[in-house]
Amino acid sequence: MTFTFEATVAARGFDVSLALAPGQTVAVLGANGAGKSTLLAAIAGLLRPEAGSSQLGGTVLFDAAAGTWVPPHLRGTVLLAQEPRLFPHLSVLDNVAFGPLAAGASRRHARETARHWLAEVEASALAGRRPGELSGGQAQRVAIARALAANPELLLLDEPLSALDVHAAALLRRLLTRVLAGRRAIIVTHSVLDALMLSDAVVVLDGGRVAEAGPTREVLARPRSRFAAGLAGLNLLHGTLGPDGLSTAGGQLVAGRFEGADGVPAGPGAAVFPPSSVSVFLAAPHGSPRNTFAGVVTELEPHGDQIRVRAGDLSAFITPAAAADLALAPGVEVFLVVKAAEVAIFPV
Amino acid sequence: MRALAHRSRPAAYTAVPAWIVVPAAIGAAFILLPLLAMALRVDWPRFGALVTSESSLAALGLSLRTSAASTVLCILLGVPLALVLARGRFAGQRLLRALVLLPLVLPPVVGGIALLYTFGRQGLLGQVLTVAGIQIAFSTTAVVLAQTFVALPFLVLSLEGTLRTAGTSYEAVAATLGARPSTVLRRVTIPLVLPGLASGAVLAFARSLGEFGATLTFAGSLQGTTRTLPLEIYLQRETDPDAAVALSLVLVAVAVIVVASTYRRPPGETAAPREPAPEGARP
Repeated sequence: MTFTFEATVAARGFDVSLALAPGQTVAVLGANGAGKSTLLAAIAGLLRPEAGSSQLGGTVLFDAAAGTWVPPHLRGTVLLAQEPRLFPHLSVLDNVAFGPLAAGASRRHARETARHWLAEVEASALAGRRPGELSGGQAQRVAIARALAANPELLLLDEPLSALDVHAAALLRRLLTRVLAGRRAIIVTHSVLDALMLSDAVVVLDGGRVAEAGPTREVLARPRSRFAAGLAGLNLLHGTLGPDGLSTAGGQLVAGRFEGADGVPAGPGAAVFPPSSVSVFLAAPHGSPRNTFAGVVTELEPHGDQIRVRAGDLSAFITPAAAADLALAPGVEVFLVVKAAEVAIFPV
Repeated sequence: MRALAHRSRPAAYTAVPAWIVVPAAIGAAFILLPLLAMALRVDWPRFGALVTSESSLAALGLSLRTSAASTVLCILLGVPLALVLARGRFAGQRLLRALVLLPLVLPPVVGGIALLYTFGRQGLLGQVLTVAGIQIAFSTTAVVLAQTFVALPFLVLSLEGTLRTAGTSYEAVAATLGARPSTVLRRVTIPLVLPGLASGAVLAFARSLGEFGATLTFAGSLQGTTRTLPLEIYLQRETDPDAAVALSLVLVAVAVIVVASTYRRPPGETAAPREPAPEGARP
């Protein structure tokens, strides 16, 4: 009952193969034009590859050699895009009921299913509204309910959070963590946070080919491809979750935005923040919303027109002028400071 | 121009030279002046009697009935045609579009002659129809066919544009949600292009109402059977010019209503529905 896919689209220089076990969520990472959208379109049946084949749970989706090609509506693959694309002429409830109705359910039964999924994404209050009356985050929430109500064998998500602001994205990421658990899904994303929170495995595409694939934590911990390395350049700390933040094994408490489910945070977790949000000081600064990490500079290296300062497991980007002012060199004791608002904390 | 600019919001700079106003005003006057001249010649005391005479009412009734019938025919034939032109990809598609739009630029008399050689007693299909006992030329059916022939391109053109603007993304979403193509058409495509379809149908109705040349050639001018309002006006002009002017004004009024109902909204807003602007979610 696995999903297998291998296809070639010569016009787009696309040649990818991958496989998914039931209940597995794979994150597809890659730069723009790496073939991520082509992959989803080929799986959903919106694009016809010249060569290759794909199977989903024993049924053939397409097989170029045999000339088989199943149209999108018979595939059981629902595509959730960056824009919610709710049908503007239907109410929220009828949007969500669209899938069950198309599958042959009665209107009453389809609306019952729709109400269930609206409740599941905490959007029951929106049922009677028109899509034009929703905010971006609300609309995407409804789009998730609509996709799930169609009961897909394989859910395809194309950067579902990238059109939303930080606050709305955080709420929806939490929602996706819950609804994707135990569900087979492929999520195209630019965000390492999405990959860490939502996926079991990662596929990195580069130039229409698979550059790297494997379990999410392994790939991000020891990246081999340039793109994954760029993502993995993020500062990543592991520890134990508590009500005030993340306690690392070294006893340091890290404050930040909690991205996990509702309730008191507990259990193993991780904190992620980009090197660009880290400042470097020679003396410990004061200020409550900031995290301060004491360390010793181990390495200085150029990174674009900036300098990457490494101190133990952490790194910071600073300007060459700042590095000169601070007289930074390996062996110098420094304090790395990051605002709590820049730190994402989540369970792992 | 300066006075116009002060209406609601500060006008942005435009590079239109001031002297353009003069030819523009002449252009507007060229269209409005003849209508005004005609309105001034209306014999108002007799207006009611003129437009409600037996022959006038017969012509008006026939015009409205046949135009309604040809509008329905235009929708039945034009929607599939617009779909094929907007969504299909096949050899000869551009040629087909050009040919379908031909009646827009063809003199209607030529259209009437062409219809006569198709559905007339000696025509291509007419011979078969005659054997079957069906007589089309010079009947009310002929009026409807003539009107449909000239009006169909208006509906196809309007709807094809709306379909292209609306794009295929909603259709793709509907398909991946499990809707078969007929369901997508019924529940997504048609509802989304309904404004374009409505304005196309209104245009087709207006064009049918004004049809003259093809009707006269293919259907003749029999009172109550094929003599529509434009034919009646043309005939009355010889015998009772006052009646012709009064009936003309009725057609102008109908045309104004039709145009007003179609162009109330600026173009673009009638076409594809827009996505709500993304903003912060506070569910």
